[in-house]
Amino acid sequence: MKREPISDRSFGRPGAEPGDRVDPQTLRVRNLNARQLLRGGDLEGPNRSAHLEGADFERHVEESVMTTTLEKAVAWARSNSFFPATFGLACCAIEMMSIVAARVDVARFGFEAFRASPRQADLLILSGRVSIKMAPIVRRIYDQMLEPKWAISMGACCSSTGVFNNYALVPADKFMPIDVHVPGCPPRPEALMHGVLKLRKMVQDDPDMGWRERYGARGTEEILTTSPQAEAVNVALAGDAAGA
Amino acid sequence: MSEYRRREQSITLAPFDEQLEDGSGGHDGDTTAELLTLNFGPHHPATHGVLRLLVTLQGEVVRDIKPIIGYVHTGIEKTAEDKSYWKVIPVIERMDYLSYYFNAMAFCGAVETLVEVEVPKRAQYLRVIHLELNRIMSHLVWLGTSALDLGAMSMFWYCFRERETILDLFEMSSGQRMHTRYFQVGGVIEDIPPGFAEKLRGFLEEMPGRVDQYGAILSANEIVLQRLRGTCPLDADTLLSLGVTGPLLRAAGNPWDLRKADPYSSYEDFDFKIPVGTVGDNYDRFAVRLAEIYESVKIVEQALEGLPEGPYITEDRKVALPPRHELATSMEALIHHFKLVTEGFRVPPGELYFPIESPRGELGCFVRSDGSSKPARVHMRDPSFVNLQAFSHMAKGAYIADLIATLAMLDPILGGIDR
Repeated sequence: MKREPISDRSFGRPGAEPGDRVDPQTLRVRNLNARQLLRGGDLEGPNRSAHLEGADFERHVEESVMTTTLEKAVAWARSNSFFPATFGLACCAIEMMSIVAARVDVARFGFEAFRASPRQADLLILSGRVSIKMAPIVRRIYDQMLEPKWAISMGACCSSTGVFNNYALVPADKFMPIDVHVPGCPPRPEALMHGVLKLRKMVQDDPDMGWRERYGARGTEEILTTSPQAEAVNVALAGDAAGA
Repeated sequence: MSEYRRREQSITLAPFDEQLEDGSGGHDGDTTAELLTLNFGPHHPATHGVLRLLVTLQGEVVRDIKPIIGYVHTGIEKTAEDKSYWKVIPVIERMDYLSYYFNAMAFCGAVETLVEVEVPKRAQYLRVIHLELNRIMSHLVWLGTSALDLGAMSMFWYCFRERETILDLFEMSSGQRMHTRYFQVGGVIEDIPPGFAEKLRGFLEEMPGRVDQYGAILSANEIVLQRLRGTCPLDADTLLSLGVTGPLLRAAGNPWDLRKADPYSSYEDFDFKIPVGTVGDNYDRFAVRLAEIYESVKIVEQALEGLPEGPYITEDRKVALPPRHELATSMEALIHHFKLVTEGFRVPPGELYFPIESPRGELGCFVRSDGSSKPARVHMRDPSFVNLQAFSHMAKGAYIADLIATLAMLDPILGGIDR
């Protein structure tokens, strides 16, 4: 059926001025009809003469349709459905588990889908102390995650080496970008929750550009030379820390 | 082409039996079948931390396991040498992060014996209450995460619900949920606050029923039974020769428990049983820990009912801080306070090993003093570390799925292993 432009339609409602008060029942019918029109449908039957018109219709469109940019819509969706990596290091990991449990229930905000593979995760919660032996592995896990990705440093140890502050530990900022630091030893689940919500706000407010853009780290990419085989460094070899 | 790629491309869509005929797959009885080395961890959800295992597989059967540790090495023992005795407690607590009261107890017990300070009876009972609550909490986390490994998701929520109640109690008495620093050399830092006993009684009434429910959910579940019963048993003699203690040894039928064998902190006052298993398989390990929760509840009940009046920390001002109100009136108290906070107390030269029964076995703290206010050496005999060496004995010859279940029932805490 060919559709006419809205302004050309004859909305046979004799004597009615635009913006007149109507009874709720009629308004409801008109609302439904207007929705039908917005969805691209057409009006049939007895309701044909009872739909919105003029200023009423404009107002209805304004109230029921939200316009935004694609970036903002994507940021909204992303920020409400983080997939954290199932990655526990030490004490904080236990408290990280308890934000999933019943009391704090991070599922209210869409964060409960912990993913065991870094390739399916977009949030790395560093929960605990990062030793020097563990640091290359943590970095590798972060590199394996797909953009866009974020990282939370949970607890004092991986933010500043905490109470230990000795030869064995390394703060996470030394080897990877961290978006939110959550203080505490270990932080309460509520504190981690607060950190997660801060991150949510951050993601909602700023369009994601990848972590290198976010932290001005352009130019730090490890660019493969002509022959990857010849130049590759096996990080698993003992004593060879150049590639680690 | 690398060996791995060649093998990968040799896999076809032909029926499985045909592929196995030429010996390229893993035939169970075929000794010429190829061995496959599989890296497992350190980032793996079933390793309960950052344990790394090099597993040698023949088909699906585990032939060898080589644990690689050290991924959360924190240098706690070395850090302890640089701190005065009372400042060591917070770092020591963070070793085995599920049994922080036990870490503090082992260290404080060792130092108290070296200084020959007497711990008041009330402090001992308060310690027992917190130790046993900690044991329940540790077992709850073990049960929740182990059930997750076996695919039972809902147990996690039940266990963490009860864990929150226990942590609320810890928070009432000390202000912290984990790593509470409640135990001090000579007693505990503060008396339990008003309302603690009522909340604890409520918990104690509730808990046995909850454990009944856990048992009802898991022990009647065919999947859990199939995966636990009869898998990876190890007899008591082998376990003893490997130095294994705790629920793993008791599951094999040896009722060794330091709370009975060598009572500390007034454990001789309480009436409780030692749950033991019969064959030492994964089911026994599960059942023993579950039964231990009932016994811990009984101990806490008795300790709460029989809680004696008196001081909660020693009156010896050379070791324990004077109460706040004394500082305004007594010059002597002020001097003691100053000395304790700046230098700390000195410990006579000597060395001592103080073992206690942690949720995972014998947790011993070795302290050597050179007469100064800082320990010359602090070493922990952590049960997770010792128990881990029994792992390859348990899982050799088992299927790789049973390896996961065995690791869950082993309950290693990597913070304690690596320290």
